[in-house]
Amino acid sequence: MEICRDKDALQISDLDPFLAELLRQIPLSANPDGASAAEARLFSQPSAEKEICAEWKSYVEPELRRLFQTASETVTDDLAQLNGNEKSLSNCTLHIPIEHADAWLNTLNQARLVIATKYRFSDEELNDHNRSPIGSRRDLGLFQINFYGFLQEFILREIASG
Amino acid sequence: MSAVSAGPLEKGSTSTVEAPVREKETRSEEELDVPWQVVVHNDPVNLMTYVTMVFQRVFGYPREKAERHMLEVHHQGRSILWSGVRERAEFYVQQLHSHLLLATLEKIN
Repeated sequence: MEICRDKDALQISDLDPFLAELLRQIPLSANPDGASAAEARLFSQPSAEKEICAEWKSYVEPELRRLFQTASETVTDDLAQLNGNEKSLSNCTLHIPIEHADAWLNTLNQARLVIATKYRFSDEELNDHNRSPIGSRRDLGLFQINFYGFLQEFILREIASG
Repeated sequence: MSAVSAGPLEKGSTSTVEAPVREKETRSEEELDVPWQVVVHNDPVNLMTYVTMVFQRVFGYPREKAERHMLEVHHQGRSILWSGVRERAEFYVQQLHSHLLLATLEKIN
């Protein structure tokens, strides 16, 4: 896999089927439905004061849901470029318009938080970036967190460099 | 916040403005005076570079100051990013939540 910046887009090329599938999994992984702990993490309490929390749930949380949903939809639309024949992936390049960078950062973050909460990874596990091989669904979850983190780092670097 | 209204003028009345009538008080003055602080809590998932960028964006802090707060969150478990009136503090916490950071507003005692 190669990742680079080309003018107004970020490009991910030379994708193997495994990494392409991990990319396709981003919006699904970001969905906290059915995982109450993940839901609680994405929509965390803003205060210890009950009155503030009640107002927040009524007025702010719906806005946050819309924001996260919109970001996820933007990523889903970009990932449509990867639909099709697995054999053609090696010639396929994923173009991410630079104006979609914030949506990608947000959705990658949602996905990382949901996966981390779902598998209850410890701080030690989350800091072990060289863990291998992938022998279980849980290991795959940790790999996803690291892979998505790598993509976030790249996007952040490109944003900072203008 | 306090809401006030002036009563209607009667016909032939000589007064121009009646004394305002306090209708409803939803938050006491004392409460309004209490300063609030915006606190960001440590989260092992969010990347350090990401947290720094969010602090720069939300508070307009220069990179060095944003990094200092990020490291304080990382090492001390929390950092006070801002303090002042409640409405502004709520706005900042909302912005931080929209970037998926663990943030709360707290009354300063």
